[in-house]
Amino acid sequence: MTTRLSARDVTLGYGDRVVSTRLTLDVPDGAFTAVVGPNGCGKSTLLRAFVRLLTPDEGAVTLDSRSVSDLPAKGLARELAFLPQDPLAPEGITVRQLVARGRYPHQSLLALWTPDDERAVAEAMVTAEVEDFADRQVAELSGGQRQRVWVAMVLAQDTPYLLLDEPTSFLDITHQYRLLALLSRLRNEGRTVIAVLHDINQACRFADHLVAMKDGRVAAEGAAADVVDAALIKDVFDLPSVIVADPVSGTPMVVPE
Amino acid sequence: MTGAQKTRETPVAEQTSTVRVPVGGRAWFVQRRIIGLVVGCVVAMLGLGFVGLSYGTSWATPGEVFGALTGLEPSVVIAEWRAPRVVAGILFGAALGVAGAIFQNLTRNPMGSPDIIGLDAGAYTGALLVMTVFAGASVTVAFGAVAGGLVTAALVYSLSRSNGLSGMRLVVIGIAVNAMVTALNNWLVLRAELEVAMAAVGWNSGSLNGIDWEDLVVPFTVIAVLLTVIGLRASALQQSALGDSIAVSTGVPLERQRLLMVLVGVGCTATVTAVAGPVMFVALAAPQIGRRLAKAPGVPLLPAALTGAVLLQFADLVAQMLLAPVSLPVGVVTTAIGGGYLIWLLAQEVRRR
Repeated sequence: MTTRLSARDVTLGYGDRVVSTRLTLDVPDGAFTAVVGPNGCGKSTLLRAFVRLLTPDEGAVTLDSRSVSDLPAKGLARELAFLPQDPLAPEGITVRQLVARGRYPHQSLLALWTPDDERAVAEAMVTAEVEDFADRQVAELSGGQRQRVWVAMVLAQDTPYLLLDEPTSFLDITHQYRLLALLSRLRNEGRTVIAVLHDINQACRFADHLVAMKDGRVAAEGAAADVVDAALIKDVFDLPSVIVADPVSGTPMVVPE
Repeated sequence: MTGAQKTRETPVAEQTSTVRVPVGGRAWFVQRRIIGLVVGCVVAMLGLGFVGLSYGTSWATPGEVFGALTGLEPSVVIAEWRAPRVVAGILFGAALGVAGAIFQNLTRNPMGSPDIIGLDAGAYTGALLVMTVFAGASVTVAFGAVAGGLVTAALVYSLSRSNGLSGMRLVVIGIAVNAMVTALNNWLVLRAELEVAMAAVGWNSGSLNGIDWEDLVVPFTVIAVLLTVIGLRASALQQSALGDSIAVSTGVPLERQRLLMVLVGVGCTATVTAVAGPVMFVALAAPQIGRRLAKAPGVPLLPAALTGAVLLQFADLVAQMLLAPVSLPVGVVTTAIGGGYLIWLLAQEVRRR
C-alpha cells in the first residue's frame, strides 16, 4: 500500500475548541476510503484539514511529504477536489456553467478555455449523468440531480483525489446507491476517493479502507471485514449490535439490538 | 416524453445562448445576452449623452453639439460644462455599480451594497472632517473619503463578525451604522463654518452640479485602476459565489481576495463620494438589474458597471429636467427610484424567511 496523502500528528480545532489531538492517518492511494463515526467526532474537520480549509494547530497534512500549506492554492486544487456539505449554487446558474466552474484551478487569469477544459467538462457531465439536463438551471433540479451536478463539478476539476463530506445526505436510497456505485467506478478508474459516510453498512459495502473515528481520534482502520465487530460498534457508536454478513455483498452488516 | 424533448433541444439551446470566440487554439466563451447588454448600454449611454450635451437653460441643436464635439464650432457651455457632467455620470455610475456588485458578492445578499451598509455615509464623514476640521483641499478630501469608508467598513465588519460572517447580520448592522453615521454627518455640517456648510449641504445627497474636467482627472485615474484590478480577479470573485469551502478547495486565496474586494469596493465608493457626495441606491440597484438583464449567474461585474452607468446618467438628466431651471442633486432622484426598489427587496427578503 502506497500513500501520498497523510495527516501527521495533527491537532485540529476551531479557536479554543479542540476537535482532534495528534491524529495520524495515511490515505491509501487508489482506494475508496470511508470515514465513519458519530456526529461531532471530527470526520468533517479532518476532511477540511486535508483540503486546507482548516490549518492544523500542530502537525501537518502532507502530500508527497510536502506540507499542503506550502503548496500554491491552485496547485493543491489540481490534486485534491472537495465536495462540502453546503455548496452554494449562484442564482440563475445552469448545470453546464456550474460544472465548468470546476476548471477554475486549471485556468489562467483571463479564463481562456483550452480543449482540455472543454473535454473535462463534457466527460464529467457524462460520468455523473447530468448531460441530459445540462442547460437547465440548477435551482430547478431535484435533490438527487443537484447532488450529481456537484459531483460533476468536482470531477471536472480532474484531480487524482476526490474528498466528499457526507455526499449521500438528503438523497433517497436509490440515489444513495447510484452515487456510491459512481464513486466505486471512479476508484476503479484510478482515483483515490475519501468520503465521510453516515451509513456504516454502506461504508462496509463500498469502502476498501474503513476509518472509524470517535472523539477526534481514529478508533480503528482497515478493511471492513477485518475491523468491524460488535465491540467496535459498541465503542464508537455506543450501540449494542449483532454483526451479520450482508446477504448481497458479504461485507459486515451492523444490525442494532 | 418531456425528458426526451429536453435532450434533443439541449445542443441548440447551448449554441444560441453562448458565442465561442477562438483565441489561438483556446477559446473564450461569451454569453449572447452579455453582448446584447453591452451593445444596448453603449447605445443608451450615447443617446443619453447626446441629450445631456444638448440640454441646458437653452437646448442646443444637434448641429451645435457635433460642432462642439469636433471643435469646428467651439462651445464652452457644451465642451466645458455639459460634457464633463455626462462623463461623470457614466464614470461614477460604473464605479458605483461595480462597488455594489462587489459587496453583494461579499455579503452574498442583494441588500449588502455599500450605500445601504453605511460606506457612502462613512466616506462622506471622512470628507466632511477634512473639509471642516482640517480645511483640506480636494486631494486631501479624497483621502479623507477613502479613510472614512475604510473605517466604516472595518466597524461594520467587526460588529457583525461572530462565528463566521453572516451576510444578513452584516446588512442589518450596516443599516444601523448608516443611520448613526448620517446623524454624525448632519451634526458636522451644523457645526461647520457657514461657507463650508453651504458647500457640504449642496453635496449632501449626491450631486453632479458644477463638475468640470479638472474634478475628473484624479477620480478617472483611480477608478480606471480599481476597475482593471478587480476585472482581472473577476473569475475568482465568481468562484467565491460557490461558498467558502469550494472557493478554497478550487484554489481561490479567499482571505486575500476578500481584502482586495473590500479595498476596491470602498475605493470606488469613496472616490465617487469625494467628488459628488453620497449618491445613494445606484450601487444597490444596478448590480441586480444588470444581473437580470444579462441572465447571468451570480452577481457579475460587467453588467453591474454598464447598468450603473446608464442608471446614473439617466437619473442625472431627470434631476436636471424635473424642476428646471433648478437642477436637483442627482442623489434625490436615485433615492426616489431606489427607495421604492429597496422596499420591494426588503419585502422579498422577509417573505423568503
